[in-house]
Amino acid sequence: MSTHHLIVELTEGWEHMQNGIAKLQRILEGEPEAQFSSEEYMILYTTIYNMCTQKPPHDYSQQLYDKYKDAFVEYIHIRVLPSLREKHDEFMLRELVKRWANHKMMVRWLSRFFHYLDRYFISRRSLPSLNDVGLTCFKDMVYNEVKGQVKDAVILMVDKEREGVQIDRALLNKVIDIFVEIGMGHMQCYENDFEEPLLVSSSGYYSQKASVWIVEDSCPDYMLKAEDCLKKEKDRVDHYLHSSSEIRLLEKVQHELLVVYTSQLLDKENSGCRVLLTHDKVEDLSRMYRLYHKISKGLDPVANMFKEHVKAEGMVLVQLADDAASSKAETGGGSQEHVFVRKVIELHDKYMGYVTGCFSNNTLFHKALKEAFEVFCNKVVAASSSAELLASYCDNILRKGSNEKLSDEVIEETLDKVVKLLAYISDKDLFGEFYRKKLSRRLLFDRSGSDDHERLIITKLKQQCGGQFTSKMEGMVNDLTLAKENHNHFQEYLSINPAASPGIDLTVTVLTTGYWPSYKSSDLNLPEEMVKCVEVFKEFYKTRTKHRKLTWIYSLGTCNISGKFEPKTIELMVSTFQAAVLLLFNTSDRLSYSEIQAQLNLSDDDVVRLLQSLSCAKYKILIKEPSNRTVTSSDYFSFNSKFTDRMRRIRVPLPPVDERKKVVEDVDKDRRYAIDASIVRIMKSRKTLSHQQLVTECVEQLSRMFKPDFKMIKKRIEDLITRDYLERDKENPNLFKYLA
Amino acid sequence: MPPRQSKRKATKTGDSTPSKLPHLDNIRSASSKAASKKNDNVDEFFRTYANSLSDMIEPEGVERLCSDLNLDPTDVKVLMLAWKMKAEKQGYFTQDEWQRGLKALKVDTINKLKKSLPGLEKEVLKPDNFEDFYLYAFRYSLIEDKQKCIDIETACILLDIVLGSQFQIHVDLFKEFLQAQRDYKVINMDQWVNFYRFCKEIRFSDFEDYDASQAWPLILDNFVDWMKEKTSQC
Repeated sequence: MSTHHLIVELTEGWEHMQNGIAKLQRILEGEPEAQFSSEEYMILYTTIYNMCTQKPPHDYSQQLYDKYKDAFVEYIHIRVLPSLREKHDEFMLRELVKRWANHKMMVRWLSRFFHYLDRYFISRRSLPSLNDVGLTCFKDMVYNEVKGQVKDAVILMVDKEREGVQIDRALLNKVIDIFVEIGMGHMQCYENDFEEPLLVSSSGYYSQKASVWIVEDSCPDYMLKAEDCLKKEKDRVDHYLHSSSEIRLLEKVQHELLVVYTSQLLDKENSGCRVLLTHDKVEDLSRMYRLYHKISKGLDPVANMFKEHVKAEGMVLVQLADDAASSKAETGGGSQEHVFVRKVIELHDKYMGYVTGCFSNNTLFHKALKEAFEVFCNKVVAASSSAELLASYCDNILRKGSNEKLSDEVIEETLDKVVKLLAYISDKDLFGEFYRKKLSRRLLFDRSGSDDHERLIITKLKQQCGGQFTSKMEGMVNDLTLAKENHNHFQEYLSINPAASPGIDLTVTVLTTGYWPSYKSSDLNLPEEMVKCVEVFKEFYKTRTKHRKLTWIYSLGTCNISGKFEPKTIELMVSTFQAAVLLLFNTSDRLSYSEIQAQLNLSDDDVVRLLQSLSCAKYKILIKEPSNRTVTSSDYFSFNSKFTDRMRRIRVPLPPVDERKKVVEDVDKDRRYAIDASIVRIMKSRKTLSHQQLVTECVEQLSRMFKPDFKMIKKRIEDLITRDYLERDKENPNLFKYLA
Repeated sequence: MPPRQSKRKATKTGDSTPSKLPHLDNIRSASSKAASKKNDNVDEFFRTYANSLSDMIEPEGVERLCSDLNLDPTDVKVLMLAWKMKAEKQGYFTQDEWQRGLKALKVDTINKLKKSLPGLEKEVLKPDNFEDFYLYAFRYSLIEDKQKCIDIETACILLDIVLGSQFQIHVDLFKEFLQAQRDYKVINMDQWVNFYRFCKEIRFSDFEDYDASQAWPLILDNFVDWMKEKTSQC
């Protein structure tokens, strides 16, 4: 570059620049004009360079910077604005898009020509860059003038599209881009000048639509429309709105379509949520979930209705069982209870399906299902607690030769469900007690269908309720295994000591007292033959272990005895008690009630029950005088030597004593101990505690097993005060203190 | 759980006599003659009723005392006298107790004692004293060793004597309730104390301000339930 070039004056230089600018404008206007060659470009650039690098007073940087802007202002005035002003609506939009594209191009070219300004003059003075100056011109002069019209035109088109008219989405996309680009890195223009009005108009649009639909449409139809609208709005955002609008726009639409009419929609007569539940409209319910789960707290009312519905269904089952029980009371149908449990399981299966299916495993619905089941599972059903029903249902499944022939898989699955149901029952301790009663009968009378199943359900119960809950049950099952071993040892012992043999086949099941339900040991006068048996076993047991006390529970024993009747000999399978009665007739032909009682040394209840089973039931092995169906203390009994049956072996059933009352009493007693222990435990660690806190903590501690009644807790507190475990604070009567 | 060994004997009234300061003793010695004279009279008065063998006033003596005072043995004033003496065993006064009571009342003859009774009654009815007296009445009724509760029948009589004059309606209704219910055969001290608090604090007879979720003993919850049912039936 020559070092002695001439000074370029402003007018001279600018004239040259103007030529370049005029050529650019012609290109932009689409007039026939060749593109800039690199030479042309270089000359324009150099002109600016020269004018900016001359020593003052010939440094024209400031003037050129101003003129750069003037070039845009002039062009906009003469060309852009007039062409925009004469157009409207969509045509105006098209023009705007075109003009904006041109303008950007102009900015690009001019800023390249004037580039030298950017490098030194502008950066040194921290002025707006050439690019910014160019764009700001458009924003100030064009955008600010037309933005209102543009926004209206766009919204008009959007509304048209909502009504189903095909529109030029590409155009809208470009227009929206102008709103974004004009912000030059900020979103205020888009948000304030376009998005906000769009949201307002959308709200208005859907509010109006919803007010009509909610009246005309059924709940499922309304939801279909709402879902469709939401889908289309999202589609709109994807195609031509800015992605940042998605959340806000959908929220508005959801609000107008769903939030505003929540209760009206869900409660719609003949088609609302409850109706959908009643008619198993799974698809509509899924849609309801999809629509409302996006709304904060939107699912609460749905979950609530679900809960109410399940609760009502459950209560219907309770009612049905009650009705069936009272109508069947005379016929004594016991299977009714099993029907109830089975139906509850079915109900649970069904609605658990809803929770995992329609309601996507949402915790809110799990909670609703749980709360609903807790309500009706803790009702008294057909005069029993559901804890008892559940236990006897288990018994029915696990018992050998139960009414229902089920495959192993089905049994396992059913047991699994029963255990799940137990979670809803607050009286778990009551279930445990009834279950043990039934389990003991299955184990002791060899009625259990499968050892594996017994262990399986105990494992499941253990998982759910903890080891403490099942420790006794496990003990019972293990006891029986040990008892079998023990019996083998006894057999060995007898074979080694043949002299000791009692002459009768004897099996003794030795159990651990603590594991089993408490049985009252009666002072039955054992027949002589059996006394010998007992002695023999005692001798044997002494050789096996020391320091263990054997208590004989005769009421649980069974005997096989041969009845030598005149027609034929029949083997009778009877209980030890029954056998004791029958053996009395080996020595006498006819005995009075009181003689029998005196010889047996049993309570009236037992004697009546025994004699009833032998003289008034299916097999009349004894003849009662007078002959009727109830045993009284003035009756006489004699051996029925003519008795016979087509079988060679018969079981003479002895109806079990109704143990329900005792079980409930036992549980009640255990609860008293449990509450006492819990209160003392709490007070021992806390020393001083208010009444309310004490009650709350106590309930919490015990809730795994049962739900203690407040009165019961208060009663225990009273009692603990009497026993000097607690005292009331002298100043504050609401405060208890632990007495160490 | 078994009842605990009684761990609190501290509530007993038998505190050791505070050791007197020596110089006080000297001041007193001036009037000690008069005092000992008085003491002699009190002791003589004591011997009028005491059984010479046991050196105690026994039930028979108490009965005599009552008739000399023209009082029925179940009169609340007898209980107040016992309270003043801090008597420990029902129906018995020891010489110490006798001295304590009569000295405090500043009397040494039957007539002076009779005259002091209205003043004693006034003293007991002061709120601070009454609470102590009310509690004392319960403890005084524990006859057996390690007894902690009084039976319903005794409780009813005692309530009449102690609270009858102040809360007649409360007491009558509570007595009726106690006779009707089956859950309780005895009353413990906490229940006893709280019944008095109940009388003082709870609005009769709608019980609007009674809150069963508070720490009231269950027996009072039951009482309120019973009352509400009773009034709703009327």
